[in-house]
Amino acid sequence: MSNPIKYISNPRFSIKVLSDAEVLRLHTATLDVIEHTGVKFPLPRALDILEAHGATIDRSTSIAKIPAHVIEDALKLAPPAYTLGARDHAQDLLMDGQHVFLGTDGCGVEVIDPFTGDLHRSAKKDVSDCARLADALEEVSFWWAMVSAQDCPSESRGLHELEAAWNQTTKHLQTESLLHKGEIDAAIEMVALLTGGKEEARKHPLLSIMQCTISPLAHDPGSLEAGLIAAEAGLPVGYMTMASCVSTGPATLAGNLVVGNAEVIAALALIQMVYPGAPVFYAAAQTSMDLRTGAYTGGGPEDFLFGAATNQLADFYHVPLSMGAFATGAKQPDWQAAIDNSFSSFMASASGADMLLGCGLLQGSKILSYEQMVMDCEIYSIVRKMLEGILVDEEHLALDVIQGIGPGGNFLAQKHTRQHMKELWLPRLMDRRPYEQWLEKKDGAREWAGQRARDILQNHQPEPLDPKLAAELKKIITTYERQAINQ
Amino acid sequence: MTNPLFASMKQSILDGDSDAAITLAKQSLAEGIDPLEAINLGFLLGMNEIGEQFGAGQLFLPDVIMAAEAMKKATAILQPEMNRLGTQREVMGKVVLGTVKGDVHEIGKSLVGTLLSASGFEVFDLGVDVPFEAFAQKAKEVNADIVGVSALLTTTMTGQKQVIAALENAGLRPQVKVMVGGAPVTRGWANEIGADGYSEDALGAVQLAKKLMGKS
Repeated sequence: MSNPIKYISNPRFSIKVLSDAEVLRLHTATLDVIEHTGVKFPLPRALDILEAHGATIDRSTSIAKIPAHVIEDALKLAPPAYTLGARDHAQDLLMDGQHVFLGTDGCGVEVIDPFTGDLHRSAKKDVSDCARLADALEEVSFWWAMVSAQDCPSESRGLHELEAAWNQTTKHLQTESLLHKGEIDAAIEMVALLTGGKEEARKHPLLSIMQCTISPLAHDPGSLEAGLIAAEAGLPVGYMTMASCVSTGPATLAGNLVVGNAEVIAALALIQMVYPGAPVFYAAAQTSMDLRTGAYTGGGPEDFLFGAATNQLADFYHVPLSMGAFATGAKQPDWQAAIDNSFSSFMASASGADMLLGCGLLQGSKILSYEQMVMDCEIYSIVRKMLEGILVDEEHLALDVIQGIGPGGNFLAQKHTRQHMKELWLPRLMDRRPYEQWLEKKDGAREWAGQRARDILQNHQPEPLDPKLAAELKKIITTYERQAINQ
Repeated sequence: MTNPLFASMKQSILDGDSDAAITLAKQSLAEGIDPLEAINLGFLLGMNEIGEQFGAGQLFLPDVIMAAEAMKKATAILQPEMNRLGTQREVMGKVVLGTVKGDVHEIGKSLVGTLLSASGFEVFDLGVDVPFEAFAQKAKEVNADIVGVSALLTTTMTGQKQVIAALENAGLRPQVKVMVGGAPVTRGWANEIGADGYSEDALGAVQLAKKLMGKS
């Protein structure tokens, strides 16, 4: 069994990096781009829908130029609040703008073995392991497909990842790995199986679907098709822009926000045109290209600003945001990782992102590190504590206690102290020991995080799936594989 | 005395100014300058200096790309005259490039293509969503030295293995070398599928191509 999840609730302050006028200008600039430059929707069905709603379509390029009012009208239909379901209902996540939930990062291709330290290509067993760790870590509210099950057929890999995770965690799952019609159909069937039917799945979606855009200003046909099918079934769907200053977006931050915003809101509007009221979310992980290597590695001040600015955009459209935070470009859990992940998670959380993606990966979301995953949870717990702010009421002003102690005393042995001391943040990994004690082993956060991860991996017993359901999940995959692979 | 046009050609590349490079290439043809000389004594010197400055950390990737684009434009203007004269720029090697079937991500692959062209490779870019066999067909058709296969998704990455199989079936391996790239591609994957090399970035891909040609 996993412990209750610890998430940010009703943050007591928020930061805004854009004025209301600037948000509005980004919005009008975005509409201008969508209407006059257009966005590429290389899926006939999507073009048909957009055309029927008044867009000008060029079938040879698949570019749709959509009038501003059409986008605005469609976005108004998106629900401002809904719930992401979990196998354990106590772990359901309310997307209402008042909470910030931490998820895991994804989707990596290599894993640092927590026992040997060796690097290996990710396989289904790693998917299973990281889901078990995510189940045990209280700060993790939902599991995003962390690494790719590369030992499974590429056609059904996304399904194997979900099956592995549902066997290891009761938390909500989000994936970006379902890109084909048959595959998303099978995933919907899996959710219906676990919830007890298609209607139940709609009310209590155990799975949300993330699809990536192709910056600049384009979509992938598979992502569009899978997104539409998931929306029809009532699974929450989000489109993520990863527009990168200099390469896939303008070098300027405002221009990059416009490009990404156009991709995301055009896709969300498309969904609302066909399935009005379908739960959708904004997703983003913009960055700036490394000027020397051309790499998309994640981290840096631009990313942190994007984290806060994007939430203002999502708020403007009244849709939840799944924001790429953490996701350091560092190669190991080090100084760079701590800086990247602290600033990015703080900026996204303090601006009120609903979902944070996410903890545990290095090298620009490519390498899974269990040590990093545990350390990221500690970072999130610091952010969470900060966002509780400072309570100023009579009890917390403590005037009676101050009066009682007077100048020169101490507050250690006060009832008031014992009553409130546990409101203070308690570190798991920060080293506050005496120097001499540290000298004995010279160990620290990294070793302790690794130890905790190993303990959990060896000992944590997640709430098991009903063996019948577990067998049925497997059967859904096998049936799909028979059709898709052996056809 | 050298023609002052050569210095302007070099400068146009340093400035990454495609319009100027095109104008200068046309002007050199009008003046009857040997197009191969225009390249070797003019434009190419600019490209070499760009490479040096980039290596020294004084220039950034966009500077290199702009210079490479200008270089490509100038060469395209000079090419017909070189064909007519029967002269040819020294070609480092022939490379067939493409993003694998099921994947429509273009930018990384195109970046590699631009830099390879600027470095003297002849590049045949098949675009995106390229069927496995099409890589082999094109490689056979143009007598390619190298095939470069790009993939951005963990699911489409498996197609790189199938491209290698297609090349084998066409009897092109191991003479035709294979290099793979894209965000999820790792050394482990490249080794596993029997590729001859992989690179994490576009400039590394150029180094790799040179190495595969035995020219580095």
